[in-house]
Amino acid sequence: MSQQGQADTDQLIVEKEVVDKVTARFGEKVKVAYVKPRRIRFNVSKDHIIDLARFVRDELGFDHPISVAGVDYPKNKMIDVVYHVGSCTNERYRSFVLAFAVQLDRDDPVMPTLTPVYRGVEYHERETFEMLGVIFEGHPRLERLLLPEDWADIPPLRKDFHIKGREE
Amino acid sequence: MGVEMGRERIPGFELEGRDEDGMDRGILTLSVGPQHPGSGHFRLIVKVDGDMIVEALPDPGYVHRGEEKMCEYRNYIQNIPHLERPMIADSCGILYPYVLAVEEICNIAVPERAKYIRVIMAEINRCIFELYWLGIYGIFLGHSTMFMWPMADRELLIDLAEMASGARVTHAYFVPGGVRNDLPDAFPEKAKRHLLYFKNRLKEYKDIFYDNPLFQARTVGVGILSKEDAINLGATGPVLRASGVEHDIRKVEPYDVYDELDFEVITMKEGDSFARAYVPWLEMYESVEIALQALEKMPSGPVRTKLGPNPKGAVGEAFKRVEAARGELAYYLVSDGNPKPYRVKLSVPSFREIPVMAHLLKGAKLADMPSIYWSMNYWPVEADR
Repeated sequence: MSQQGQADTDQLIVEKEVVDKVTARFGEKVKVAYVKPRRIRFNVSKDHIIDLARFVRDELGFDHPISVAGVDYPKNKMIDVVYHVGSCTNERYRSFVLAFAVQLDRDDPVMPTLTPVYRGVEYHERETFEMLGVIFEGHPRLERLLLPEDWADIPPLRKDFHIKGREE
Repeated sequence: MGVEMGRERIPGFELEGRDEDGMDRGILTLSVGPQHPGSGHFRLIVKVDGDMIVEALPDPGYVHRGEEKMCEYRNYIQNIPHLERPMIADSCGILYPYVLAVEEICNIAVPERAKYIRVIMAEINRCIFELYWLGIYGIFLGHSTMFMWPMADRELLIDLAEMASGARVTHAYFVPGGVRNDLPDAFPEKAKRHLLYFKNRLKEYKDIFYDNPLFQARTVGVGILSKEDAINLGATGPVLRASGVEHDIRKVEPYDVYDELDFEVITMKEGDSFARAYVPWLEMYESVEIALQALEKMPSGPVRTKLGPNPKGAVGEAFKRVEAARGELAYYLVSDGNPKPYRVKLSVPSFREIPVMAHLLKGAKLADMPSIYWSMNYWPVEADR
């Protein structure tokens, strides 16, 4: 095994520790999507996402919001909203990026906002709102952000929106 | 006619809450930008009570180009040039995580020499960017010497970048599998000469700029960001480190060869506008050190792994982050096995500073707005993507 491979395997022990702590607390409510070196992803329902976010922030030290991304899957009729958080204070998990994702119904994408837990996601959620049409309940200012005021089309990052002249 | 031309008729100048006699004791709403010379292509809606800012509502989006949507129509290689357009002053920094993510998704190995060249170029670009920003910071605080000096010194480093890549800005130099071309033979020697000159020159910036009592009067103690707020608001880069958080992706999650190079993470505990301007200056010393070390250690050999046409990614996702000049820059890349990415999400430092800016401006004096705004290292084009 190469040196890097060895280092990655050693690292995965720490990743498993994070996974064990989360599954011990939430059990069946949280599904582990993957565990890769320094990257972990959980899938969770929208009813438990705030509890999970509070748990990883307060108990595990993942206190630094990095990104919120929405991904549209028209074939499965769902929109995947992925939160990425890192850690600034917990020395052990500092190199990790933890992702937790919610799968929403594409026709009715509503979920609670995470701004009470991570204030930094406010503008990321606004962007996801206008780009994919996801409604974040309880968001302080769910308004248009980057698109022009007179935008009158479907949210542009949905897969059924095509750039003019590039329809396939 | 003349009677009707009250102050409230001036566009962008609204008053809320007025006494019965029409006296303006209320809150005044000011629109700063997007054509304002002090804000870039960005609008800040500022509500002031006298001289104090009651609320600041950032309104980005004037230079939104839909980079993320464009990525879905182009293959992994075609995406390179347009992805560096949001931040042309630090084009290596914004392309770096994309290249790393594509390498993970498509399972591409990188030659050792290419990793060193990338580090050298990334650090030179970091200095190029920070000089540009420092110059603009200076001019908006009315310090025109501080505009001229960094702009002139920046040319030396741009010469190096041009020598390596052929372009002054927007190099499109990083490609999945290495760098586009090898360095010219004369590059290491010229780079050492320019970097050592630049390192000496940096000392003079302290005399002319940081020790200037006027500069200090406008920045020291202004816009103090606490450590807890910095973390929870998602601040990154020099803004985070100026608030005393020792967080640098080059150290916490080293990519390419950063773990083989010796450098310090600069932090300050003050968290004011002065600290946010001082940290990048100290970081430029470290950048010069990193580049010089990498030039010494760089092995010979190939610089690019040859790829087949239209490389396909495996089904899956990658999340890669680097420390760009403005902070942590991350790409979330989802692939469905096609030559084109299924979804690309850029998490750029400028976009992440927006809530920090709104937080700091609330309760600040209107006159402190330029010093807070520019210390954020906020670039509208990058934030809008």
